[in-house]
Amino acid sequence: MEKFEKFSGIAAPMPLVNIDTDMIIPKQFLKTIKRSGLGINAFAEMRYKADGSEVEDFVLNRPAYRESSILVAGDNFGCGSSREHAPWALSDFGIKVVVSTSFADIFFNNCFKNGMLPIILPSEQVEILMNDSEKGSNARIEVDLEAQTITSSDGNVFSFEVDPFKKHCLLNGLDDIGLTMEKSSSIDAFEKKLAIEQPWL
Amino acid sequence: MTTPKTIYDKIWDAHVAHAADDGTCLLYIDRHLVHEVTSPQAFEGLRISGRAVRAPDKTIAVPDHNVPTTVDREGGIDNEESRIQVEALDKNAREFGVHYYPVSDIRQGIVHIVGPEQGWTLPGMTVVCGDSHTATHGAFGALAHGIGTSEVEHVLATQTLIQKKSKNMKVEIKGKLRPGVTAKDITLSVIGATGTAGGTGYVIEYCGEAIRDLSMEGRMTVCNMAIEGGARAGLIAPDEKTFEYCKGRPHAPKGAAWEQAIEYWKTLFTDESAHFDKIIEINGEDIAPVVTWGTSPEDVLPITEIVPAPENFQGGKIEAVKRSLDYMGLTAGQKLTDIKIDTVFIGSCTNGRIEDLRAAAKILEGKKVKDGMRAMVVPGSGLVRAQAEEEGLADIFKQAGFEWRLAGCSMCLAMNPDQLSEGERCASTSNRNFEGRQGYKGRTHLVSPEMAAAAAVTGHLTDVREMI
Repeated sequence: MEKFEKFSGIAAPMPLVNIDTDMIIPKQFLKTIKRSGLGINAFAEMRYKADGSEVEDFVLNRPAYRESSILVAGDNFGCGSSREHAPWALSDFGIKVVVSTSFADIFFNNCFKNGMLPIILPSEQVEILMNDSEKGSNARIEVDLEAQTITSSDGNVFSFEVDPFKKHCLLNGLDDIGLTMEKSSSIDAFEKKLAIEQPWL
Repeated sequence: MTTPKTIYDKIWDAHVAHAADDGTCLLYIDRHLVHEVTSPQAFEGLRISGRAVRAPDKTIAVPDHNVPTTVDREGGIDNEESRIQVEALDKNAREFGVHYYPVSDIRQGIVHIVGPEQGWTLPGMTVVCGDSHTATHGAFGALAHGIGTSEVEHVLATQTLIQKKSKNMKVEIKGKLRPGVTAKDITLSVIGATGTAGGTGYVIEYCGEAIRDLSMEGRMTVCNMAIEGGARAGLIAPDEKTFEYCKGRPHAPKGAAWEQAIEYWKTLFTDESAHFDKIIEINGEDIAPVVTWGTSPEDVLPITEIVPAPENFQGGKIEAVKRSLDYMGLTAGQKLTDIKIDTVFIGSCTNGRIEDLRAAAKILEGKKVKDGMRAMVVPGSGLVRAQAEEEGLADIFKQAGFEWRLAGCSMCLAMNPDQLSEGERCASTSNRNFEGRQGYKGRTHLVSPEMAAAAAVTGHLTDVREMI
């Protein structure tokens, strides 16, 4: 996994609440056996018409937002299905950070496994960043994970919380499985205990 | 004295294989269920890094999302991508040596129906699957939740998950339910009350007389939709009904091991005065048969109500409701019972079990599907289908004009050919009414099996209480 480094980028506003993972990547694109190439289909049913042409006023189709790397979204982003295709699609599009007041649990976890950072902020701060992102490509927002800050184009600095372990993994691009396998003696010991206490398992 | 614990606390504590100072734990996983959509990249990851499946004996694979449900499916899958995905599961299951129920096996079905049916799911376990409706297994007093594909790979490789503990939430349904009110109405009403983010950060314990009175099938329906309320998991403490359901199932313990298991399972309850971070109480008798009118599972109302207006809501929900009503082709003020239905779908991991089919058949007996409507029943597993045929339910459905299908996820998420067309309106026993969920621009109203059957007969959303 690539290391998550400080960056500034264009933020796209998506104020709709409860944007679900079916919206982010509709089921017809889940038939792939790969992780890559899903960006073109991110938000497909909102982004394209039935004939495949673009819906002009959809935010990511507007010229200012085609290179967005941040989404500023309404409450409860990523609810619904566990499909990791949702962060895969966003990441493949170029999104590295999603800002909202809240995220669905599974989507939230899936982001970190793919080098993406979901940032939870209070609604007043999300609103400021939403207004900022409305300014289009002239308004670049800066994200600094090390310092745990996000800075709007006119200099408002907001701090955010992040789980220390998840932060460590993102900053260093670490693979979870490799880290867990270093603890395999604990898992071995647990399995031995389990075999005695609950032999029916 | 030890600190009183919730059932979630107890199961959690019994599965921590390693705890770091910051509270990050390795949670041991007892059962890992796998289907074809969210696993190919995980198996590929193992292959690339030269890793094996750590516990193939605790890993169970079954294709369900993509499989056709028409009786001619033995001929193979027409859609190339779907076929490749199902073939990939077949190859991966055999190569990595996990338990496997192929499409040709009568035990094949929706992963969340097969698990309990085969006795893979038992009280006190941790159960995960790359599927959000893994919450279903919580009905057994198991800690069960959905995971992403990276976590599927993590569990395959290590039989653990990196987790932090969630908070405890209690949802108590007091007293009895009124006639015509089902487990589906309970779970939808709870989501209506808490919202789709009301459970975020929590594991829900459902309790109270109305929950205890439910069958195991009903409890699975309730827990299935815990995820729609945003919770990591939902669970119900096991009792005699749970033990009775598990007893004799192919992978349930037998003999002395059964006795030993029961002893342990009886300790799985929430201690008196254990702490809950959030509590919701609902009177069972206040719950009516409900339907969804919008495009979020929280858009729930009793069938006797009218379509709400956007200005009845606050904040970002106002715009969301405008969008929903436009998408659903509904007008504020319209009576819910005036909404005409094109299609009825009975099935899914929410309502595809034998009891669901019995309940729908009871409404349909001696009646016909309204002219011009499409109606289908998709049993949750091959064994549910066989049992329904044996009980004569299949004949009732067929005589009423329903298509009688083979097992799979089908129109719940429409990854196979069972899809709504643009503007087609469906009364569905599934779990999500999201835009496009059942087909591009399709319109979904979530209901109980009884309410779905009633809508099939009348051609519009109907208060099933008028038919019982």
